[in-house]
Amino acid sequence: MENLDKYFDPQGPFASLRLAQMKRAWKRSNRRELTFWEKTYLPMLLGGIWLTSKHFFYNLTFHVLHLFGLYKEVPGAVTYQYPEKQRPLSSRLRTRHRLTKREDGSPRCVACMMCETVCPARCIEITAAEHPDPNIEKYPAEFILDLGKCVYCGFCVEVCPEDAIRMDTGKLDIAEYSRENMIYNKKRLMEG
Amino acid sequence: MNDILIKFILSAGTVMIMFSFAGLLTWVERKQSALMQDRIGANRATIFGFKAMGLFHIFADVLKMLSKEEFVPEGANKFSFNLAPYLSIIFALVGFAAIPIGGALVLSNNHVIWLQAANLNIALIFIFAMMSMGVYGVVLAGFSSNNNYAFLGGLRGAAQMISYEITMGAAIMGIVMVFNTIDLQVLDRAQGVYMLGGWLPKWGIFVQPLSFFLFFAAAMAETKRIPFDLPEGESEIIGYFVEYSGMKFGMFFMADLVETVLVAALMTTLFLGGWQVPYLHADGFYFPWGAHMAMSNLPVVILGVLSFFMKVSFFIWVLMAVRWTLPRFRYDQLMNLGWKILLPASLINIAVTAVVITLLG
Repeated sequence: MENLDKYFDPQGPFASLRLAQMKRAWKRSNRRELTFWEKTYLPMLLGGIWLTSKHFFYNLTFHVLHLFGLYKEVPGAVTYQYPEKQRPLSSRLRTRHRLTKREDGSPRCVACMMCETVCPARCIEITAAEHPDPNIEKYPAEFILDLGKCVYCGFCVEVCPEDAIRMDTGKLDIAEYSRENMIYNKKRLMEG
Repeated sequence: MNDILIKFILSAGTVMIMFSFAGLLTWVERKQSALMQDRIGANRATIFGFKAMGLFHIFADVLKMLSKEEFVPEGANKFSFNLAPYLSIIFALVGFAAIPIGGALVLSNNHVIWLQAANLNIALIFIFAMMSMGVYGVVLAGFSSNNNYAFLGGLRGAAQMISYEITMGAAIMGIVMVFNTIDLQVLDRAQGVYMLGGWLPKWGIFVQPLSFFLFFAAAMAETKRIPFDLPEGESEIIGYFVEYSGMKFGMFFMADLVETVLVAALMTTLFLGGWQVPYLHADGFYFPWGAHMAMSNLPVVILGVLSFFMKVSFFIWVLMAVRWTLPRFRYDQLMNLGWKILLPASLINIAVTAVVITLLG
């Protein structure tokens, strides 16, 4: 607060108003003048190097121990080596879809068109057909899901009355060389 | 004839060792920053399934840079555009000629080789001259690129390096006054004396601690790396080498790393006794508690060279740690630090040193 004169011109317009304003702002900001020791920049510098060096030597120790096969359960880094090792997924995470099956291996889906209707991205396209079993009424002759359009909102799973579609495959790395390959049909969806 | 051959081997060896040190630094930089930030670091380049802790990334980098397009922007001054990276790296490398990497190697009774590529009696001035010439590469690259950002980077580089060179020169004067020489080999030998009843070696850092810190800060600024990377400034202007690609960019990159090694070697020579090993004299160890271990010349020299490179590695580690810890200075902060703090402090250091030396006789 002592050095307010540096920023304040007492002859300027609305001087008293601005002075009061600046005093309030200074009070709110909880700022203080730096001490001489802080102004030399050394304590922060040394503190920073102390912190990074602590991490450096901790990690180095465990990397060296890993070379000798010791303490493998303590990681030397917080990162995951991705393509080789996937990080654990939360069980409620929405990943690629799959169509669930009945005991005889046919799809549980009854082609009620609920998911197709609710889908905000309009990526689901169902072709319904009559099921030979009179108790089931309909089944999907084809179930097409365009993952290139899908927004992973999970509405299709929420809305399904038969628990026929789920997003629990744990597959996140869906990458293809063409848009056509991103379109999944019934066979690919049922493979899981 | 033999003398020339020995000289040739010595200088070639020095340059090769220092250059491989600098090449290795690309790996050290990646791995050290990774460890400091709880990461693993570059480990994807493999040869026959061997990763070698990411060491092959050095070769991958070189291959990549050699095979990239060498682009010269329209309107650039071709001659100076092509000259700048060479100037930058050559002046960084030439400085090593005057750095003593070891003590006296006795071949026969009257044939002594001092392990130093060029036995200059003005070694210190020579190195400083070469480090100052390094700024020409930066300025030339900035001017010839026909790019405003490169121009800005070149100007910043010139301003920064000239400001900090003054501090660097002034900081070193304390050491020169204490040891009364600018011949680095003589200076290293003079640091093999012991104070406080033979316990404390008379190294530069113990007789001139303030000088050491000032020189450290100024030398970091001289390498143009974070926190003093104003000429580069990755996030604002890409800097003086914005228009360079391929191996020419690689040369600027290497010049920074070579300068880091040079600065580390210079600090070792000036402040940590160069090739001196504590309590090791020309004929073996003389411990302060009275013990003596006799050694012949060759192991003493080898120990000296090893100690020199260990100290250099230590300083490189410290420089890297600072580089990966601190954020970049603002331009006014940089100039404030250089002209208002470091320069007056170094001048005061000179005055105090002069008074103390006069009083002590």
